[in-house]
Amino acid sequence: MTASTLSKPVNRTAPAAGRSRRSGREGYKINWWLTALMLVASLTVLLPLYFTVAMALKSPEQIGTGTGLAWPNPMNWENFAAAYVATNFPRAFLSTAFVTVFSVLGSLVCSSLVAYAIARNWNRNFFRGSFVYLLSAMFIPFPVIILPLIKQTALLGLDNPGGVVFLHVLGGISFNTLLYIAFVRSIPAELEESARMDGATTWQVFRKIIFPLLAPMNATVGIFAFLGSWNDFLLPQMMIADPALQTLPVVQMLFQGEFNTNYSLAFASYLMAMAPTLVVYILAQRWVLSGVMRGAVK
Amino acid sequence: MTTTAETAQATPAAASTVPPKAPLSTARAQGRIDPTYYWMVVPVLALFAFFITLPALVGVFFSLTNYAGYGDWKFIGLSNYVNIFKDPAVLQSYIFTFVFALATTVVVNVVALAIALGLNAKIKWRTGIRTVFFIPMVLSALVVSFVFNYLFSNTLPVLMERLGYTPLATSILANENLAWIAIVLVTVWQAAPGATIIYLAGLQSVPSEVYEAADLDGAGSFRQFLSLTLPLILGYLVINVILGFKGFLGTYEIIVGLTGGGPGMATQSVAMRIFSGFTGGDYSYQMANAVIYFLITLLISVIQLRLIQRRGVSL
Repeated sequence: MTASTLSKPVNRTAPAAGRSRRSGREGYKINWWLTALMLVASLTVLLPLYFTVAMALKSPEQIGTGTGLAWPNPMNWENFAAAYVATNFPRAFLSTAFVTVFSVLGSLVCSSLVAYAIARNWNRNFFRGSFVYLLSAMFIPFPVIILPLIKQTALLGLDNPGGVVFLHVLGGISFNTLLYIAFVRSIPAELEESARMDGATTWQVFRKIIFPLLAPMNATVGIFAFLGSWNDFLLPQMMIADPALQTLPVVQMLFQGEFNTNYSLAFASYLMAMAPTLVVYILAQRWVLSGVMRGAVK
Repeated sequence: MTTTAETAQATPAAASTVPPKAPLSTARAQGRIDPTYYWMVVPVLALFAFFITLPALVGVFFSLTNYAGYGDWKFIGLSNYVNIFKDPAVLQSYIFTFVFALATTVVVNVVALAIALGLNAKIKWRTGIRTVFFIPMVLSALVVSFVFNYLFSNTLPVLMERLGYTPLATSILANENLAWIAIVLVTVWQAAPGATIIYLAGLQSVPSEVYEAADLDGAGSFRQFLSLTLPLILGYLVINVILGFKGFLGTYEIIVGLTGGGPGMATQSVAMRIFSGFTGGDYSYQMANAVIYFLITLLISVIQLRLIQRRGVSL
């Protein structure tokens, strides 16, 4: 992480070969006491996950009236198959994937375009005003627009996953543009000028030069858009009229009634809803965290 | 503000050597602008205005009517607003929402700062531990709440009974006075990683020379935290408090998953009440509630910004 290699000679009586004592590197002096504390603290995250897995593998008899914390023996893998059928998992999964993929793509394209145009015309009132307008909308809490919004989308025939995509993209635009704009400013204009000399249009400049250079920020915005749309509950619940097209989180909610007595099925279903993001995160965690960190530094 | 260097650019735009093919697009010096830029912004702005700003205005409009969500309506002026101020249920939901948001903001920031300090220290297996701590960030809040719902309503009472601690041998979710604590705990579980990331970014912005100097002056680690770390990351704390508080005011999914607003209406947030206007036949009434909610949140944002400016924290 912080490999701030500083080699300033410190005025100390025993300079360890001229190098500072704290070189910020691993292996300087591991704090075992703190490590143990952090491991214990991480149980607060691991225990609920362990519990979810354990519950998902139990038969209703094994759950009984106990705490649910014991590991099941034998394990009941058939819970997953039953939940898969009961919740019509593939359909909910596809619906969620559709919303997520297009929300991510839409967020990347729209936000970066807007940020590029505003950054390159910062001295024009129209563009500066647009930016202020987008930012001021960040102060409007979602509950304030939701009721008229649902009416409006229903009227326009957008009460489906497509409409949810629309609103995910528009809802994130203020924040994403803010992230992009500083990054666009750091791209030297000379890069574009030479391309324009060769007759490139503004679209081509954006597509061939700017967008590829935005890659690090694209990752950050993409991750936020992915997590936000995959796990979103409010918008799909409120907007999607047809229960058959509902996304995974809402499907969990709709089946609560049916699960009420059958916790094995419920937990198998929860685990299947959690698994995709969890697996992606574990596989790409280094990359995900660095992307999110970049957004935080802004 | 940095006016990007293009204005100074391209003035003697290769006047003689290169025949200008299509330099008109860049001829900003003459005050011309490539219309493409408008095409990049205007459609998005139009959609944004249509789907975000318009509903807000429509909502304000209907808050002045007696519209039930269907059928006819007529203007009734400010009576919705007057009625809201007389409504004890609304008042209760505001009190719950603000107390909850305040408590959660405090706990989240204490927990997140502690985790960030721990992850920033010299610990073994840092990457692995960090991976674990950020897991809640990628999970659906609603599904997580369902899992915790079982833990609070079944596992915990059974454990407490075995330990012989009767006060907690019943589900805290069914207890009017304790249910909100469960909601705070799950919200902290869910929201701490996001705040931790911001604190980590803050801690990494502190140059290590500062600590070296403190080491030489013989300051202990607690003293270093109080006198160095905390003041230096104050800006990040402010960001977390403002963003966090605003977010927690709108908490919805976790309440749905844990208590559904119950028992009774003990844990019903303002957002939940507003959403109920969609099916409850009191559309215009809840719209008035939404407008008041907006004004209050706006007021809080303004106050927070004022306080920041006075403290002189540069964000």
